[in-house]
Amino acid sequence: MNLRRDVFQAIADPTRRAILLLVASQSMTAGVIAANFDTARPTVSKHLQILTECELLEQEQNGREIYYHINAKKMKEVADFIEPFRKMWDDRFNKLETIMKKYKSKK
Amino acid sequence: MEQKTKINAEDGKQELVITREFDLPLELLFKAYVEPEIVEQWMGTKVLKLENKKHGSWQFKTTDAKGNVVFQANGVIHEFVPNRKITRTFEMENTPFGVQLELLEFEQLTNGTSKLNMHVIYESVAHRDQVLQLPFAQGINMAHNRLQDIVSKLK
Repeated sequence: MNLRRDVFQAIADPTRRAILLLVASQSMTAGVIAANFDTARPTVSKHLQILTECELLEQEQNGREIYYHINAKKMKEVADFIEPFRKMWDDRFNKLETIMKKYKSKK
Repeated sequence: MEQKTKINAEDGKQELVITREFDLPLELLFKAYVEPEIVEQWMGTKVLKLENKKHGSWQFKTTDAKGNVVFQANGVIHEFVPNRKITRTFEMENTPFGVQLELLEFEQLTNGTSKLNMHVIYESVAHRDQVLQLPFAQGINMAHNRLQDIVSKLK
């Protein structure tokens, strides 16, 4: 599997998170995005490529310009990434509660 | 409906906090952490050792139906205050997740309700994020294994 497509790897990078925040406000071209960072233009392009590959950003052709905009559906998936972990503990604790309630009534 | 189990994992930090309110008196909640046969039931693992005292240690092990070890963990107990606090380390063996420090605080809310505050500190932010994604990874592995089963039957 291509590691670059790992969404969590993609958002682990602070510059990429900053790009996502920036683009979240409105769609913009690579040039405008790059202008917001001190980082070299090719580096920003690389970040945009990674974010696009893992579908956090989407490209849209508008005349001669390519605009980047955020993929809200994919972002939601990322926001929910903690949910399976929470669910795992919730299930465990529910079990604990059930067991101890029975324990109590046995006494 | 409000979630009973809450996780607070701030971005870029190597720790997280799990909180849960129980519809159980404090003593029963604490007992569920102390009695090996009860721990086995809700954790779904075998308890090889559980010494509830300072300098004590613990060891859990889970095997599948074929006897393969699927989960093995151990740690030491640094602090043990009945009905109040357990400080311990937790290490999953044969995994890259490292050792974590767990501070468990038990609190009485009313006569019949209690609260657990579980503060977990990892070796690094990367370690924490890996553990957070673990249920995901397991899900993927399971799907992968199923796929392998199906494919091998096709041959």
